Amino acid sequence: TVNPDLASERQMASFSVEKLTAWLDGGAEQTRLRRAVVEAIEGDPVFSRENQYFQSQNERYEAAVRKAVHLQKKMKEMGWSENGPELKYIHRAVAGDIAFLLHRVFMRSISVLGSDEQIAKWIPLATQFQLIGSYAQTELGHGTYLQGLETTAVFDAATQEFILNTPKISAMKWWPGDMGRSATHTVVFAQLYVHGKCYGIHPFIVQIRSLQDHSLCPGIIAGDIGPKMNFEHIDNGYLMLQNVRIPRENMLNKFCEVQPDGTYITRGSEKINYFTMTSVRISIISSEAVMPLMKACTIAIRYSAVRRQSKLKPGEQEAKILDYQTQQEKLLPQLAAAYAFYFIDEYLQELFDRGYREIQRKNFDTLPELHALSSGFKALVTHYCTAGVEICLRACGGHGYSLLSGLPSLYTKIIASCIYEGENTILLLQTARFLIKSFMAASTGQSVPPSVTYLAAVKPSKCPAKSKMDFLHPDIYMEAYRHVAVRLISSTAVKLQDLIQSGVKKHEAWNRCTVQLAQAAKAHCHYITVKNFAEVVEKLEGKAGIQKIMKHLSDLFALHGIFSNTGVFLYDGYISRAQMDMVTASYLDLLATIRKDAVPLVDAFDFTDKSLNSALGSYDGQVYQRLYEWAQKSPTNKQINPAYEKYLKPLLHNTLSKL
Amino acid sequence: TTTTMMNADLQKERAAATFQTELLTHILDGGAERTRRRKEIEALVINDPDFQHENLAFLSRSERYGLAIKKSALMVMKLREYGIADPDEIYWFKSYVHHGMPEPLDLHLGMFLPTLLTQATPEQQDRFFMPAWNLEIIGTYAQTEMGHGTHLRGLETTATYDPATQEFILNSPTVTSIKWWPGGLGKTSNHAIVLAQLYTQGQCKGLHAFLVPIRQLGTHEPLPGITVGDIGPKFGYEEMDNGYLKMDNFRIPRENMLMKYAQVEPDGTYVKPPSDKLTYGTMVFIRSLIVGDSARFLARACTIAIRYSAVRHQSELKPGEPEPQILDYQTQQYKLFPLLATSYAFHFVGAYIKDTYRRISGDINQGDLSELPELHALSAGLKAFTSWAANAGIEECRMACGGHGYSRCSGIPDIYVTFTPCCTYEGENTVMMLQTARFLVKGYNQVCSGQQVTGTVSYLNDLSTQHILPQHVAARSVTVRLNDPLSLVEAYKARAARLVEAAAKNLQVELNNRRSKEDAWNRTSVDLVRASDAHCHYVVLKLFTAKLSEISNAAVRAVLTDLCLLYALYGISKNTGDFLQAGILTDAQITQVNQRVKELLAVIRRNAVALVDSFDFHDVHLGSVLGRYDGNVYENMFEWAKKSPLNKTEVHESFHKHLKPMQAKL
Repeated sequence: TVNPDLASERQMASFSVEKLTAWLDGGAEQTRLRRAVVEAIEGDPVFSRENQYFQSQNERYEAAVRKAVHLQKKMKEMGWSENGPELKYIHRAVAGDIAFLLHRVFMRSISVLGSDEQIAKWIPLATQFQLIGSYAQTELGHGTYLQGLETTAVFDAATQEFILNTPKISAMKWWPGDMGRSATHTVVFAQLYVHGKCYGIHPFIVQIRSLQDHSLCPGIIAGDIGPKMNFEHIDNGYLMLQNVRIPRENMLNKFCEVQPDGTYITRGSEKINYFTMTSVRISIISSEAVMPLMKACTIAIRYSAVRRQSKLKPGEQEAKILDYQTQQEKLLPQLAAAYAFYFIDEYLQELFDRGYREIQRKNFDTLPELHALSSGFKALVTHYCTAGVEICLRACGGHGYSLLSGLPSLYTKIIASCIYEGENTILLLQTARFLIKSFMAASTGQSVPPSVTYLAAVKPSKCPAKSKMDFLHPDIYMEAYRHVAVRLISSTAVKLQDLIQSGVKKHEAWNRCTVQLAQAAKAHCHYITVKNFAEVVEKLEGKAGIQKIMKHLSDLFALHGIFSNTGVFLYDGYISRAQMDMVTASYLDLLATIRKDAVPLVDAFDFTDKSLNSALGSYDGQVYQRLYEWAQKSPTNKQINPAYEKYLKPLLHNTLSKL
Repeated sequence: TTTTMMNADLQKERAAATFQTELLTHILDGGAERTRRRKEIEALVINDPDFQHENLAFLSRSERYGLAIKKSALMVMKLREYGIADPDEIYWFKSYVHHGMPEPLDLHLGMFLPTLLTQATPEQQDRFFMPAWNLEIIGTYAQTEMGHGTHLRGLETTATYDPATQEFILNSPTVTSIKWWPGGLGKTSNHAIVLAQLYTQGQCKGLHAFLVPIRQLGTHEPLPGITVGDIGPKFGYEEMDNGYLKMDNFRIPRENMLMKYAQVEPDGTYVKPPSDKLTYGTMVFIRSLIVGDSARFLARACTIAIRYSAVRHQSELKPGEPEPQILDYQTQQYKLFPLLATSYAFHFVGAYIKDTYRRISGDINQGDLSELPELHALSAGLKAFTSWAANAGIEECRMACGGHGYSRCSGIPDIYVTFTPCCTYEGENTVMMLQTARFLVKGYNQVCSGQQVTGTVSYLNDLSTQHILPQHVAARSVTVRLNDPLSLVEAYKARAARLVEAAAKNLQVELNNRRSKEDAWNRTSVDLVRASDAHCHYVVLKLFTAKLSEISNAAVRAVLTDLCLLYALYGISKNTGDFLQAGILTDAQITQVNQRVKELLAVIRRNAVALVDSFDFHDVHLGSVLGRYDGNVYENMFEWAKKSPLNKTEVHESFHKHLKPMQAKL
């Protein structure tokens, strides 16, 4: 039975949850397919996560391998293909809790960087799992800055081999997933040397473990890098190479090749490499950042409708904590952000698909913009969602800290996304570089990519709002965001120019402006998110039931951003002090409005109880009963702990002094 | 430990410092003699083979619990053997033994024994105290229930007096009333002080404390009528057996109610306690500890991140030159140095609350409670303000270490999970902020009705004069001097005054709209939290600034003044809206503030490593490969990883179990 406190929330819904779900999925047919895939996976006991919170690192790793192996079988059984429409729903259902994710990256890198012969040789082997691949780029001493990698690959013309080495400890490959225990092969990125000359970073296929007994190959030292904040199920590894020889053909050579005599040749454009990075960054936005925030919101909002604490009116029942303004102010902006970024992901996907079509026609013009957007949004969205998940965790009081709430694992996992695939600060600075360039071009009348044309258009310099209601007009708040983005970008560009003109070296001037540059990049992405949300709402014309609530969320997302950054909007008086009070008033009113639909809005995400794996967030709201039942399953309550006999008993009997 | 030489980068950093690190350490410890004594205790623990063990990151929860119990037992013995009895010295000893982690006897030592001392009658102390002191009785403090935490009045456990047998009958009437979370309850304790609603003669008399045996002495089996266990795995706190407790018609003798203040007589007559403010004292004390912990935990994270940033080289600043230390990047300095300043600020705040508490608690015993409401209100807000900031700061430090920060070898993940629950326990932070707000609004209303207020809120007295002179606020904006900490304190004071006033006025508007008091309060609570936050920010800066004048050594004073200015100006740059909206600062001044912050980053850069060295964390206590004093990071990461449980065998069993069979089939 559903907890009456949740049932009553659902009766109040101002819209049809099922319709919203279908719209989010892209149609009722998609919803049906998604549910069928999720059910097939969750109904299979091998994929169960029932005891996950109680497992050790070793047990988690073994379960992940078991699941990965089983998934191959399952896909065959169900007739799902690697490129089928089911794939994204399979990913949603297993939620990364599976081994061999890097095996896919291994295959993709060969497909992108390898010649036709190399693809023909390696891909079938990998598809058949005759080998297990990994992708070894990051080293102990170097991450995002790839040129700094220290692993070497020296060409030996006499034997037609490359000799790979880890010349010092900081050059050890460190972090690659699946490499600590599972992988037999890996793509190693190393500095290529031919006849004493360094040609920079290149990819090489290296076998690291025996295909017979899985023991390490000669010259290879590899292992697991030890416990982390999460990803216990992944064997992130280290790899040391000592005079490891591989045939010349093992350098991935679609774009550059070392010929038998040592001649180094390049062909085609390497720009496609950027495209791969871009695609990876865009792909993690949804699965690694937005989905976890949606789950965290679901858990925290349902729990807040069930948890009653303290009284709002004397003599009445204790109030749901969701009725407290401070609780709404924590959770509802996160909910709005989850929707905002869900739509940004769609926006980026569309842009990406368009860019991909261009690239296939050998037109690389869209690449700089795509690269800048994917970098900036990867940084903004992962940062925002990480903070959001933590807010959700902390909004659940003490119970949020129990692993059984599901929130700690969501948090410790999502935080990694702020670092991998490019450290966020560095990515923001990459976006900033593009923005400064675009600003310069725009101010001299040159044409700029569509996402930055706003930098050129001149608009009024004071916010025209006259009442708090005016701040519910998207034109008003979009313009405020635009104004701030333009100001931050232009003032930083001017400062950069000034410094350089005053004789400061270019790189030094850049470093002195980086705090502002990162801020400008964030403002740009924030503006686009606000604008995109408003446009999505506008396109909903006709879907009256959904449009109204989406409009509220769009308003809330925008006003929350102003409310929590009042300084940048007040500065230069674009928004006046009196107007800022209107923003606050409108913002607080919206919290009370959206409060009424909070539970239906998370229900619409349509996560199953199994995928939430949370004692606090289940659909039926039977929170306390479930928490009690799950706790009793803890091994601490089942197994006999040696601590009692060994330490407690002597302590209680006061015999320890005799030790 | 493969290299004994100090990393050259760190050596260079230390040589460049403009002050002597030990002098600053003495200030943090409260004198050179205290530093000496602290290090003596540190050496006692760290050189003791009984306290040495494998890295905690490689142990299972069960192993960590067992190890903690072992160390705690030894600790109790050794403290007595060494005759260590001073509370600070016990605190040092304990945190060196447990590396700053919680342990299963925390509640016994920190809550059970003190509660016996303060709330038990002399007869009860005779019965329970010595057995508890000798650890025959191990107790915990069972207050929080599954359904209720910070809101104590909502607790549901009942204790019904039965005059026929002169017993209390304890019950957990609902699932939500099950005691949940108390540390040491799951596996360790055989007794608990249980907070329950007292019923006698058919009436509820509110919450009272009862001493309840829960496990059989000797066998350690739960007693009939008691269901007790561990609540399962958490975010950190692996050593701690946080537990649940369900009681079904469990009877205890009348004498087991702690009756120093309130009493139930044999016939069931209830005798009221003289004052209900008495329980404030313990709360204030624990909150003062949390403020100190905020400083120390953040300082640990800063130590790790700043040393690592001096060792790590990445990318290029100048084309063609070697890769620079990442500490040279402005964005890295901007992440770390304000946190460094914050650790110092909070350190002085923690010391202040502790000292004030000591002074006032002398008065409590003599019955003078006049200062208690302010300290209670202030400590609530400061607990929230500092723990929130430290919590976010620890995460910032971890992320500033890039990917390696995420590995448990960095130590920061464990620092984070150990620290983060204090945003919730001992009073959920938002609720704490609202408690402070209640005090602020009360002060504001007093001022409006013509009374003067004293203490940290005395600035509210000025508000009445500002109403007479509407230009006053604008006029003072030009007088803020950005290089003068005292002038910046005034700016923060003006911000607090304006936000308290705004919140109080909004509250009044809601009340004028005939909302109930509770409803009006709820509709203003976002404003009220902002007001509290600004008040706490002002108090922290004020205390930091006040400390500067006490420092005699010029070099140390200079570097702390830089940190204090950074703390103040960075706080403005992060809250520019408040200062602009109140008309305290102009656009031009805000631009100057932002510029000055960056200049200060460059100034502090030179002393950054020395400033974290002054925190004086021993490597064993720091527990971080990235933050090692000698800076030999990479080789020791490799050494550490080799000990990982997954590396115990070269070929993992899942190869034979899963991989090989699959390869055969595909």
